[in-house]
Amino acid sequence: MITITSLKFSYRKRKPLFEDLNLSLSAGHIYGLLGKNGAGKSTLLKQIAGLLFPDGGKCLVMGRHSFKREPAFLQEIFLVPEEFYLPKVSIRTYVKNYAPFYPNFDESAFHSYLKEFDIPYDQQLANMSYGQKKKVIISFALAANTKVLIMDEPTNGLDIPSKSQFRKVIAAAVSEEKCIVISTHQVRDLDNLIDSIVIIDEHKIIFNQSVDTVTDKLSFKLLHQLDDRQQVLYKDSSLRGHSVILKNENMEHSKIDMELLFNAVLSNRQPIQELFN
Amino acid sequence: MEFKDSQAIYLQIADYICEQVLLRKWQPEERIPSVRELAVSLEVNPNTVMRTCELLQQQEIIYNKRGIGYFISGDAVKKIKQFKKETFITNELPSLFRSIYLLDIDLDELKPYYEKFKKSNFK
Repeated sequence: MITITSLKFSYRKRKPLFEDLNLSLSAGHIYGLLGKNGAGKSTLLKQIAGLLFPDGGKCLVMGRHSFKREPAFLQEIFLVPEEFYLPKVSIRTYVKNYAPFYPNFDESAFHSYLKEFDIPYDQQLANMSYGQKKKVIISFALAANTKVLIMDEPTNGLDIPSKSQFRKVIAAAVSEEKCIVISTHQVRDLDNLIDSIVIIDEHKIIFNQSVDTVTDKLSFKLLHQLDDRQQVLYKDSSLRGHSVILKNENMEHSKIDMELLFNAVLSNRQPIQELFN
Repeated sequence: MEFKDSQAIYLQIADYICEQVLLRKWQPEERIPSVRELAVSLEVNPNTVMRTCELLQQQEIIYNKRGIGYFISGDAVKKIKQFKKETFITNELPSLFRSIYLLDIDLDELKPYYEKFKKSNFK
């Protein structure tokens, strides 16, 4: 669905953000894009959406160069940015003006998402809080039914009950034909939804694996005592004990701890990458 | 549903479904909620629920009627008990036995406690 090859990009000369970045994403999955602040998560999402142009290499979405912004491409992709602007109109007018750009827009689904999020349909967008506006955009994005859906930090600004509502609407929106990419720092909000993990660091994609593959190869455990015989790939010690990542040797299936995995891949990259090769 | 940190989500969902059957909330030969419905109510990725269903199908606890959905097998209760018993004996019993041995408890001594437990919880 999305194929990026040898992507080069920099905002300023001699300060490259991406160098020879390669990434391939397919339909039917929810990808979690993880990376430190400034690693280029939002920039990568904008490249995919055609809002930024590559300095070199290719970014193909559904077989089309995203930077060309062809209508056939634009009507099948939706980006929910972290910071956004909504015009001073009612939700009704917003839908009337913007839904026609998306041929598969499903108005009744839009209503049900708004209802799930507790947003009254007759409200003015200008009178809403940041969190409420975000819910409107998320509802619109899901209702647009595009093949590619990109969300940059979607749970930022959502209150506690709406995080659960968000998980419900995303779970309902997944399908074999759709590719959903979500960048996030709040992995715990979404860790049961994300089925593939993509980590970006130092100009490149350094990790891209499905959760199933990760838990086949690695075992996530909380140990009270460390055993010298065990080969610990990464550990994080606290009062609760030691959260560790081990090689999965007994074919157990543990629950993935995405924060731990992220820290492990960043600090102890080589042995972990070797396990996946 | 609250998920624990110890076990993969797809296995926890399998336990959840088995529990519904053992508690007779879901009856044999009854259709279970669709993959999508389960994913939405449990707030997980539908692919995860898919994996659960594949596992339970392999264990013949549920079966698939093409185009309709998954159904609880006629002898699901028997099958679940058999699987659960095996895992109980291999995983949980050793640590229980260890305590019983260390504290020098006679197995017959425990019987009244077990009867009392059954009475207060399941009758």
